[in-house]
Amino acid sequence: MRTTTGAHYGLSDWIVQRITAVAMAIYTLVMVVALLCGVATSYERWHAFFSSGPVQFATFLFAMCLCYHAWIGIRDIWMDYVKPVWVRLTLHSLTVLALLGYAGWCLEILWRL
Amino acid sequence: MSTRTVQFRIYRYDPDKDAKPWMQDISLELEETERKLLDAIVKLKAKDDSISFRRSCREGVCGSDAMNINGKNGLACLTDVDDLKQPIVLRPLPGLPVIRDLIVDMTQFFAQYHSIKPYLVNHDPLPERERLQSPQDRDELDGLYECILCACCSTACPSFWWNPDKFVGPAGLLAAYRFIADTRDQATSERLDNLEDPYRLFRCHTIMNCVDVCPKGLNPTKAIGKIKDMMMRRAV
Repeated sequence: MRTTTGAHYGLSDWIVQRITAVAMAIYTLVMVVALLCGVATSYERWHAFFSSGPVQFATFLFAMCLCYHAWIGIRDIWMDYVKPVWVRLTLHSLTVLALLGYAGWCLEILWRL
Repeated sequence: MSTRTVQFRIYRYDPDKDAKPWMQDISLELEETERKLLDAIVKLKAKDDSISFRRSCREGVCGSDAMNINGKNGLACLTDVDDLKQPIVLRPLPGLPVIRDLIVDMTQFFAQYHSIKPYLVNHDPLPERERLQSPQDRDELDGLYECILCACCSTACPSFWWNPDKFVGPAGLLAAYRFIADTRDQATSERLDNLEDPYRLFRCHTIMNCVDVCPKGLNPTKAIGKIKDMMMRRAV
């Protein structure tokens, strides 16, 4: 069978992977600073911190970035190493489903607090 | 004149005789003036004429004698024997089918090179003499046009090992950017369209093996980054 290329995508994923990496790096830095400032010294303080709107917004954003970043990264692994198209498609689908599940679970945890 | 003994361990495979590849241990007396690895291999050939390898210019211009030397791709003619740990282990370039001993089938490599249309596309009427460029525009091609297509970079790239039929590879992408960067070329958009593909360009994960092994000191990773940068500027 002939090998074909030319799917005409890839650039947006490449850009998004970098943007999400920067967003996650900034969030991580802010969290480290917040922890050093003592937001987790007691359960009450930690709960209050994560119940505030801006922190929930940022944490939700972080989780979404992580999911999208992981999708591109894991998909790259499947594309690099898995040759049979049907196996690859199955793995792609399972990855998307797992990441969607994790995103929903994360939302539930964030707003349960 | 003093001589020295050098130990070699060479990958041998003759598909007509051998069921599978094997490693041959062989030692060689080298004169003081025989400094380059290619000198040694040519002398080895005189000792055992069944050893097969490619060579031509013997001065780092033709790219024929690319091989895996002590685990790292390079040109035998540019490598000093005395800089190498012994036994000097010589293998064919990795990832390409072996024809015999150190000779590999480069069909796939050149197919990828040709896929980026490695020639100037200009629809203007031919000028009486050459198509002129400003010195600044010409400077853009430095670090790109010097590639000798030895395949050291592409065969050191895991993405090329896994997908040689789909990923253009560092050598092809360096050549692609050489024409994208050329102000005389009129097919920039088509060239970028041709590369905007998850396999053709975006299999590069910037691990920079290509930069590490290039015997001409070129930087395919930088060229690939510039292609992505141009795509982004075009899209955003």
